[in-house]
Amino acid sequence: MKSPDLRAPITGPDSVAHQARLFELWEGKGGISGFFSSVDHKQIGIRYIVTAFVFLVLGGLEALLMRLQLAGPDKALLTPEQYNELFSTHGMTMIFLYASPVLSGFSNYLWPLLLGSRDMAFPRLNAFGYWVYLASGIFLYVGFLTGNGANDGWFNYVPYASRPYNPGLNEDFYSLGMVFLGISTTVGAANFIVTAFRTRAPGMSIDRLPILVWGTLTASVANLVVVPAVSLAFLMLWMDRQFGTQFFNTAGGGAPLLWQHLFWLFGHPWVYAIVLPAMGMVSDGLPVFCRRPLVGYSLVAVSTVATMILGFGVWVHHMFATGLPGIGMSFFSAASIAITVPSAVGVFAWLATIRFGKPVITTAFLFFSSMIILFVIGGVSGFMTASVPVDWQLTDTYFVVAHLHYVLIGINVFPVVGAIYFWFPKMRGRMLDEKLGRWNFWIMFIGFNLAFLPMHLTGLMGMPRRVYTYAPDMGWTTLNLITTIGSFVFALGVLLLFVNIVKSWARGKPASANPWDAPTLEWSVPSPPPPYNFGVIPRVASRHPLWEGRLPSNERSIIDQGMLLDVGKETIGTSALDAEPDMILEMPEDSLAPVLLTLGLAGVFCGLIMKVWLLSAASVLVIAVALVWWLWPRRSLREREPAHG
Amino acid sequence: MAESVTAPNAQLPVGPIGRRGVGWWGVGTLVASEAALFSYLLFSYYYLGATAGPNWLLEPTPDLRLALPNTILLLASSAVAWWGERGVLRQRRAQALWGFGGAFVMGAVFAVIQLHEWQAKSFGIGTSSYGSLYFLTTGMHEAHVIVGVLILAAIFLWTALDYFSPRRRLSVSAGVLYWHFVDVVWLFVFTTYYLTPYLGFGK
Repeated sequence: MKSPDLRAPITGPDSVAHQARLFELWEGKGGISGFFSSVDHKQIGIRYIVTAFVFLVLGGLEALLMRLQLAGPDKALLTPEQYNELFSTHGMTMIFLYASPVLSGFSNYLWPLLLGSRDMAFPRLNAFGYWVYLASGIFLYVGFLTGNGANDGWFNYVPYASRPYNPGLNEDFYSLGMVFLGISTTVGAANFIVTAFRTRAPGMSIDRLPILVWGTLTASVANLVVVPAVSLAFLMLWMDRQFGTQFFNTAGGGAPLLWQHLFWLFGHPWVYAIVLPAMGMVSDGLPVFCRRPLVGYSLVAVSTVATMILGFGVWVHHMFATGLPGIGMSFFSAASIAITVPSAVGVFAWLATIRFGKPVITTAFLFFSSMIILFVIGGVSGFMTASVPVDWQLTDTYFVVAHLHYVLIGINVFPVVGAIYFWFPKMRGRMLDEKLGRWNFWIMFIGFNLAFLPMHLTGLMGMPRRVYTYAPDMGWTTLNLITTIGSFVFALGVLLLFVNIVKSWARGKPASANPWDAPTLEWSVPSPPPPYNFGVIPRVASRHPLWEGRLPSNERSIIDQGMLLDVGKETIGTSALDAEPDMILEMPEDSLAPVLLTLGLAGVFCGLIMKVWLLSAASVLVIAVALVWWLWPRRSLREREPAHG
Repeated sequence: MAESVTAPNAQLPVGPIGRRGVGWWGVGTLVASEAALFSYLLFSYYYLGATAGPNWLLEPTPDLRLALPNTILLLASSAVAWWGERGVLRQRRAQALWGFGGAFVMGAVFAVIQLHEWQAKSFGIGTSSYGSLYFLTTGMHEAHVIVGVLILAAIFLWTALDYFSPRRRLSVSAGVLYWHFVDVVWLFVFTTYYLTPYLGFGK
């Protein structure tokens, strides 16, 4: 028999001939079918990032339109209806279509490289997750562009969202689109979890994981169990609207608060899911520029998990003003205050890393370190609203808007832009322009604070969020004008990032394998990495495989020789905790099944929104065909006995 | 750890052997997410039931004459599927085919009886929040049963094509795991909708 069940992987040195063989095995097809069938995590990761940035730009343009409307009192640039759709679509876009997918993109690209693996655990599922994200994003934007976008805020409270008060298709697009998008988030989370536990390089025990892996893993566990809550809530809403169910209708025994519980059961853990991986980027990137390991690695890792565990118990702090019993509110208030403890651990670890290191000021360093300041500001304003009486004063004012922008832009956008400066050389093989980078950073940083710091005052002075205009005698005029100016300055800063990328794409300074002299495995492979990532599977002996010679320890990782695994498209599977090799994983070839499955799902949702039930039913058949094709046991993946069948 | 380079590597399984394979973990995460979905459905039931006024239950004494035997049928199908999996393990293909085929038939019968159960209800999906939840929850479960029996059919077909051996059988074990989940989660649905009214919930 050609393919035995057991094999001892051959260990040897990396070589040109070996790499040529791997290239043959791993390089995807070109052309259109190659584009749609690729399962390479690096391509998928970059697609996630690019798509997320397209949505960031769309959401940003929506914000700028709103800021023009609010630049002065009694402006009539936008009608109230247009304003409603803009703020709702802006929130939906930034939170669901940018903030989470962009982190998935980085983690998809980076994880196998950080973990010393050749791909994610489920490459086809990875491609599927991306296509569903893209399709659901388009679905949601078809609604918006046809005047049927979400118009009840991103958290979409009933009864505003119920049909009698909102008769158009707006909420139907939002509901179905969110159920659709939830599929992408869920399969992505499952893939990250299994990848983290099963496909690390030998020796990479869990106390040697980069913090980015801790962050995304923690977020993924949360997503896996909380996304169903919001999918269910949106499904119920759609049924209430279209089939006369009574989930949220008081007259029929339903409860509007059920919506709020289900939404925030999901919503608050989700907030941590879109910041923990970004904090992980800072925890991994900042020390590189401080020229020393992160201070308090174990504490930071444990705090990441602790933040999420506490994050499951704070959702009611979004509902303090809904008339809940005092004892319940006390519990959730206490949990919301307690969560500052693990959050602060990260802050002190980063500060100590800078204090005890020898910082090299680069653009990436500026973005990473400025995040600490923005996180503290956003954290303190969050801490304030965790107190029930303060929250009663501030809820639904611009104070909350300022808080959530400090959190989401401060802890997501700033680290992500820093991550682009840090990892672009790895992805593209060229450096971004540092001089332009400084302009990029300072204009973004000044513009952001100019826009959002005064907004706290606007809120304290009583301006409610989500109003499309205000009267001249309210005293909010100057502050609003400053915010509008700041938002345009901020947008200019973001524009400079794109200018820098375009400029450096072809003409940037060539990047070596390790241009920042960084310690982790992704910097041991060429920039950009070959399709198989690692010629030989490294053996990891510490948290900083590339810094071992200069740190006071005797551990030595082995990078230039290791398991060759060049019999087929293979990588190594390792045990969950101590990462000892326990099987050879056969990796799937490129496949069109993920795209076909996505098309089937898209057909189902298009049929539902148009009420063309036949289209939905036919699409279910497409789904069934795609799944059977996908899951059919294959000899090449050793899913069936080669001698049989 | 220089010794790990020179020492020959141990013999490792190539691809999934038995349940060892990433696919097993994948189905595990799927089950975890689906279990969360059902827990939110039941949360909605208990939340609305606890906050609603009197007479929220449209059927204070749910009829068990069809529901209880049907529940037993579904649970028994789990055992039959397990017995089929044992057939693959012992290389008894006939046993495996009877197991998967039997579980398929029992699952399908459960699904049909469930349709009758729906028709016999005195209320509809729009009657009240209780009715909406009853039909959404049992409907969601019915959808899982349909997917589950289709998986059993696929496993039956692949076994008939002689694809599996005691070592190469991850598809079988993963599919049967999913079927166990579909059956176990019904116990929670059944307990909530058919038994807790007798214990006084929602009265």
